[in-house]
Amino acid sequence: MNALPETGIGAPVRRREDFRFLTGRGNYTDDINRHGQLHAWIVRSPHAHAVIEAIDKTPALAVPGVVAVFTGADMVKAGVGSLPCGWLINSRDGTPMIEPPHIPLSPERVRHVGDQVAVVIAETRQQARDGAERLGVTYSELPAVVSMPDAIKPGAPQVWDQAPLNSCYDWEFGDRAGVEAAFKGAHHIARLELVNNRLVPNAMEPRSAIGDFDRGTGEYTLYTTSQNPHVIRLLMGAYVLNIPESKLRVVAPDVGGGFGSKIFHYAEEAIVTWAAGKLARPIKWTADRSESFMSDAHGRDHVTTVELALDKDGKFLALHEKTLANMGAYLSTFSTCIPTILHSTLLAGVYTTPVIYAEVRAVFTNTVPVDAYRGAGRPETTFLLERIVDVAADEMGIDPVELRRRNFIPTDAFPYQTPVALQYDSGDYFTTLEMATKEIDYAGFEARRAEAARRGKYRGIGVSSYIEACGIAPSQVVGALGGRAGLYESAEVRVHPTGSVTVFTGTHSHGQGHETTFAQLVSDLLQVPMASIEIVHGDTNKVAFGMGTYGSRSLAVGGMAIMKAVEKVVNKGKKIAAHLLEASEADIEYKDGKFQVAGTDKSKAFGEIALTAYVPHNYPMETLEPGLDESAFYDPKNFTFPSGTHICEVEIDPDTGVTEIVNFVAADDFGRIINPMIVDGQVHGGIAQGIGQALLEGCIYDQAGQILTGSYMDYCMPRADDLLNFKVSTHNVPAVDNALGVKGCGEAGAIGSPPAVINAIVDALSQLGVRHVEMPATPQRVWQIIHDKRAAKAA
Amino acid sequence: MASTVTMTVNGKSVTGAVEARTLLVHFLRETLGLTGTHVGCDTSQCGACVVHVDGRSIKSCTILAVQCAETEVTTIEGLATEDTLHPMQEAFRENHGLQCGFCTPGMVMSAVDLAKNNPDPTEHEVREWLEGNLCRCTGYHNIVKSVIAGAKSMRG
Ligand code: FES
Ligand code: FES
Repeated sequence: MNALPETGIGAPVRRREDFRFLTGRGNYTDDINRHGQLHAWIVRSPHAHAVIEAIDKTPALAVPGVVAVFTGADMVKAGVGSLPCGWLINSRDGTPMIEPPHIPLSPERVRHVGDQVAVVIAETRQQARDGAERLGVTYSELPAVVSMPDAIKPGAPQVWDQAPLNSCYDWEFGDRAGVEAAFKGAHHIARLELVNNRLVPNAMEPRSAIGDFDRGTGEYTLYTTSQNPHVIRLLMGAYVLNIPESKLRVVAPDVGGGFGSKIFHYAEEAIVTWAAGKLARPIKWTADRSESFMSDAHGRDHVTTVELALDKDGKFLALHEKTLANMGAYLSTFSTCIPTILHSTLLAGVYTTPVIYAEVRAVFTNTVPVDAYRGAGRPETTFLLERIVDVAADEMGIDPVELRRRNFIPTDAFPYQTPVALQYDSGDYFTTLEMATKEIDYAGFEARRAEAARRGKYRGIGVSSYIEACGIAPSQVVGALGGRAGLYESAEVRVHPTGSVTVFTGTHSHGQGHETTFAQLVSDLLQVPMASIEIVHGDTNKVAFGMGTYGSRSLAVGGMAIMKAVEKVVNKGKKIAAHLLEASEADIEYKDGKFQVAGTDKSKAFGEIALTAYVPHNYPMETLEPGLDESAFYDPKNFTFPSGTHICEVEIDPDTGVTEIVNFVAADDFGRIINPMIVDGQVHGGIAQGIGQALLEGCIYDQAGQILTGSYMDYCMPRADDLLNFKVSTHNVPAVDNALGVKGCGEAGAIGSPPAVINAIVDALSQLGVRHVEMPATPQRVWQIIHDKRAAKAA
Repeated sequence: MASTVTMTVNGKSVTGAVEARTLLVHFLRETLGLTGTHVGCDTSQCGACVVHVDGRSIKSCTILAVQCAETEVTTIEGLATEDTLHPMQEAFRENHGLQCGFCTPGMVMSAVDLAKNNPDPTEHEVREWLEGNLCRCTGYHNIVKSVIAGAKSMRG
């Protein structure tokens, strides 16, 4: 059907959004200024845990330009509600998780450094900041707890009085008895304790929000850096501020990256919107980067024990995982489902492991809340799986690639039901593994290792074969698992009288290039040129409803909604054409932009049908409404399951501990691809974030709960000279459970790469007896390990 | 405390009132409404704010507006004429050197300065030069490609 090869599905079309971004004409939230706008500065707790004894507003109000100061007490008095958590998890004994209140400004007690205490509003940002510096807050400090193993000990400081031992929930999943039985009969059990380090998402655009209120109409508007505008409207309007949705507009304009951290409903959004209502003036807040470090939800932060049972041939018999998952001080919007539903349901990985059992305890600590970050739960799963597979391979003397191959789900076994709820629709793990091993010349590695050794370097190679579940819903499954929302997507396709098309999507683009990819898709489906297709997203007043973008759901769920709406447009067009061509509707086919009577040369072009729909002079008015505008909601049948193999080769300098990545290859299966250029870009970005986690990044707190890595001076972001050019390729097996055949590529890099890097480092150091290296494998950490092992050997 | 500062921005002479503490980036964004220059950090680490002052790339969050009196400032908005892209901008578009676009103005301004002084940079030189510009989206792979291609077309 591809009459538009240069823009159709599969073409690397250059992005239409780039012109505005490249010329400084993007419209990010902080670029917006409303007439009469005031500025907000949030006063944040310097303590990890303290009682707010008193707040004296007077000195702040005396600062020139300061208009108002609001505190948590003001919010409570005004009946402001609590920021809700979107997912209910029950403990193993059936009791619901502990869900503490989260008032946007903390009324009595602060629970992490950066917790919101008050807001100072002034004519300029500097004046608001000056006012904030003068605000008289008296705290009485409480003991804080930061590390999870400490937090669950009896006598530990209590983050919430209602959560004994700081436990939010104690969840289990899978077949405990089956796993115990399998472990008894096993030939070998590999066991490992590991940490998945806490990360700060660090989208380059800091979060920002502008609240506005129109006294004349009673309407509120919130401009915000969100991946998820409709859900913000729902959560903030209905649960926090009690504003009917019809009176609240949420706009997420150009957004400078998200990686999950902009999915959630944040306190500042509620604060500026509420304060705008009180003062009847627009109020803008934009985070400083240092503020982002202590107020954007963090990612990962697991402490895990994993055990894998194998038979004598290396076949996996059973897997047991036990994890402590940090929630931070409050429950962020999706926090509770990350270490459970999004994590444990993938424990089969790409393997035929017949029985699996997971125990996950979610823990409150005096730290910034933790939530989804690129991959959300799945990188944690892949890390523990791909590490334990390597440990098992090493202990049993089997090549890691061979051990993976022996346990892969066979290519003819799809659809494949895993023991942990998910059913994989399609995949071919062998081919991507072959591609990656070939590309990196796995067979020739030992020669390269020997050559490096002659230069005094340790060289290692690490393989990681991952799978992820993308395209989140289906709603019924999500509901059964505790989700408090449906996870379908909506689309509207509006055909204008002249045949141009506007598509409204409930997904949100913050770098993924939807304006290009979706236009390509619609151009292909509708056979109209891309130039006459507009894509609209990110404004609740324009788009009827939506669930936003995360978990690579935009194309698999949002794209399908668009496809369904396009089908409806075509079907209505057929009815109009049948009337105009005096044919039966069943005889009309739509091809190459024309409605044609099958087997004849009688046809009407798409544009003619559009015009007729809006100028209905000759129109079957009794049976058809004028207009050519259709919408659809799509709730997917299943998740999609992208997979692949990433291989990393490293060289370590024993004198400095510096790990140099000398080669990195990724071979992935993303299902059908709309725009390969954009897909490659997504993979590159993900790999960079994964390598960042493996080698450089880690959010560190001291014992008292102060963030030691609270700015770019101390938190090591990957820079251009830390990385190399990645070699990426795909072998795409179409998804079965959606008609587009698409799977999703956004997280793959961040999921597949960390274990590849760590496996490579452990491989390089294995001759010293090293079994595991924690992330981030910084030069200091690696040097220390080498130094200690060499010292122990010498002794 | 307010004083007046005059400078040439994108070829036009501009005068504005600033506080002594006003940084160039805030003068550009807030007083002049040139929002293409971005603020990504408060520690001069990210490079989202890079502009040219008297032809040299500089982080506009590290310099006071009053220090730029009587200078020639070029921002991303002034790099190209209305509808044609500068060769470096074109190279970023062609090589998919941007995703969310937030780091992009700073990247492009840094890259143009590099190419002026080193018309044929190696991959290694590009990576070293971009050390002061953070991008969270692209993994730098395509940015590096873009800069090399952009430098080539600037050579003509
Ligand atoms: S804003 Fe200037 S370097 Fe980050
Ligand atoms: S393109 Fe998003 S930060 Fe560089």
